[in-house]
Amino acid sequence: MRHLLSAGDLDAATACLILDTAAELATVTDRSVKKLPTLRGRTVVNLFYEDSTRTRISFEMAAKRLSADVINFAAKGSSVSKGESLKDTALTLEAMGADAVIIRHGSSGAPHRLANAGWIGGTVINAGDGTHEHPTQALLDAYTLRRHLRGGRGDLDGLRVTIVGDVLHSRVARSNVLLLSTLGADVTLVAPPTLLPTGVGTWPCRVSYDIDEVLPHSDAIMMLRVQAERMQAAFFPSAREYSRAYGLDRARMAALPDDAIVLHPGPMNRGMEISAEVADSDRAVMVEQVANGVSVRMAVLYLLLGGSGDLTDGAA
Amino acid sequence: MSETIVLRGVHPYGEAAADIVVRDGVISEVTGAGAGGGDRVIDGTGLIALPGLVDLHTHLREPGREDAETVDTGSQAAALGGFTAVFAMANTFPVADTAGVVEQVWRLGQESGLVDVFPVGAVTVGLGGSQLAELGAMAASAAHVRVFSDDGHCVSDAVLMRRALEYVKAFDGVIAQHAQEPRLTENAQMNEGALSGVLGLTGWPAVAEESIIARDVLLAHHVGSRLHVCHVSTAGSVDIIRWAKARGIDVTAEVTPHHLMLTEDLVRSYDPVYKVNPPLRTADDVAALWDGLADGTIDIVATDHAPHALEDKDCEWGAASFGMLGLQTALSVVVETMHRTGRLDWRGVADRMSVRPARIGRALQHGRDLAVGEPANVALVDADATWIVEPALLASKSHNSPYAGLELPARVEHVLKAGVPTVANGMVVR
Repeated sequence: MRHLLSAGDLDAATACLILDTAAELATVTDRSVKKLPTLRGRTVVNLFYEDSTRTRISFEMAAKRLSADVINFAAKGSSVSKGESLKDTALTLEAMGADAVIIRHGSSGAPHRLANAGWIGGTVINAGDGTHEHPTQALLDAYTLRRHLRGGRGDLDGLRVTIVGDVLHSRVARSNVLLLSTLGADVTLVAPPTLLPTGVGTWPCRVSYDIDEVLPHSDAIMMLRVQAERMQAAFFPSAREYSRAYGLDRARMAALPDDAIVLHPGPMNRGMEISAEVADSDRAVMVEQVANGVSVRMAVLYLLLGGSGDLTDGAA
Repeated sequence: MSETIVLRGVHPYGEAAADIVVRDGVISEVTGAGAGGGDRVIDGTGLIALPGLVDLHTHLREPGREDAETVDTGSQAAALGGFTAVFAMANTFPVADTAGVVEQVWRLGQESGLVDVFPVGAVTVGLGGSQLAELGAMAASAAHVRVFSDDGHCVSDAVLMRRALEYVKAFDGVIAQHAQEPRLTENAQMNEGALSGVLGLTGWPAVAEESIIARDVLLAHHVGSRLHVCHVSTAGSVDIIRWAKARGIDVTAEVTPHHLMLTEDLVRSYDPVYKVNPPLRTADDVAALWDGLADGTIDIVATDHAPHALEDKDCEWGAASFGMLGLQTALSVVVETMHRTGRLDWRGVADRMSVRPARIGRALQHGRDLAVGEPANVALVDADATWIVEPALLASKSHNSPYAGLELPARVEHVLKAGVPTVANGMVVR
């Protein structure tokens, strides 16, 4: 595998290899010197056309812990905001010798285009494209689920995962449905019908309009960010109605099985899709998701860039 | 006195071999093969003779985007595709919404001389959809406009559409509607369906086309006007038009070659060469379009030839322009999808690509029978030849052909426009 463009490109074995590798790399974080020499001399570019501080920082930290040189190329304050095309930016990065380009772009498919248009020769990693996919988010969610509910080993066979919210506009949901189902989880999407994509019935998951029906049968629940502006396009009548019908508050959390966990890709709208009490409860694993994100992205970079050296070797 | 040209041994409409003799721009004789005499003989042995093709829907980009196409380069592509007449859409810069602009386009076509270029007039000022353009002035101009369209935009206001349909009756005009309900297609990128959901691209639902067509056929019926529907792309649209024709409503419709051949699955590549409006649809839609064209529900094939400069396609999907080249590949695609499959014989191909489009557009010298006394607009086609589409070798200034690398049947060898050769041995001649 040369690129990571879609969670659908990963078979179960490859996905497990990434998660296993991430688990080994996570031990680096516990050391006093949090660095491995495996990608020394390699250049990784963060090409971000959308603001996303957390994802960019996560990739940056992952690359730096593997000793890669990291260049952050943000759309604002660069030639991009002066109207340079994706192609010309790509050619520039290619000329500078980028080994990997991590791209976040508002247009669905932009990473596919970057990988396949012949503009660059290096590895392309999708860090979120439009309303399409965000595969490393799905990997870090799978990692988090596995750690909490499967003892940190193997796949997610039979795990009941419920994803609630604006599936239509969510790249996180798309990647998670693909990856979690590949790993054997039973995924259920919950949303008002207006926020479900056409053809969702063909996806490898169940669909429900009723969160309360699904909660008792969920080992994990993932709340998606819902933008209040969506009500202007009549996706739902008001933020309050959405929150009442689909928000996760303390009463609903109590309906979950005892050991169920709550995930959220962030940033959260407290009081909209998730109440502050739930967000701050010990069921919520959002902070851990962030930490796991670094490990998973280290694993992706390591495996795609063919990093050298024994991962368990402590010499840094 | 012009020279006499003999088209030797050709098969009119794929039928028995004959010589077609042309003099003074007119077919002067149709005789048994080898019997015709003249100053100049074009060996057409084994070639199919068709009336020169007519494209009711072309974008020639001039004035305004001469970097993508000019009237002359588009005319070359048209001639090489077997056309003798094209209708040039109004979405130029400036928009063809005045007598001045349509006369300019008409004159550029005359200067190029390879095909007759009939300008289409905009329905509304600046394609803005709010105020009628001076339709009468365009009709009365030297360009003699009879087809009006805001193509690229839908005349979505029902009252404005009604008035336009009524108004053009005074000069036997027709409104060619780009059927796209604007609110249902905001930021739409591809056909709405399971695939758009997976690819995360905003959907362009079939109902956005079908609801406008349904409204417009009812409006046309109500005011007793004729309506033409551009680039029909869905099975539901075919059904509505079939229903309207059965009711006696004066509606005609077109389908593009790409909607006869390509499906939305190509969008999986995110390659913007497949980005087009209306979007590529499903295999079921394509099958319904074949049936509709075969049974005459859809009257004609029109290319929607839409050249775009390289930078408008060599980018990410969302930033790319909509549209595909079509003039030079249209006949080949129709032969592949409609003729070789037995859905249309050669008379059927001539009917859908020449006779009916000429009639809809009131291009009186085109789409005529290959018979004595008729204007000598003739295309000679090698039906057995195949060719591989190489976008850089097409005559268009742009290269956005979705058929790159594909092997297609049928090659246009010779074309006469009003008795004058415009294509000989597959090359443009002047």
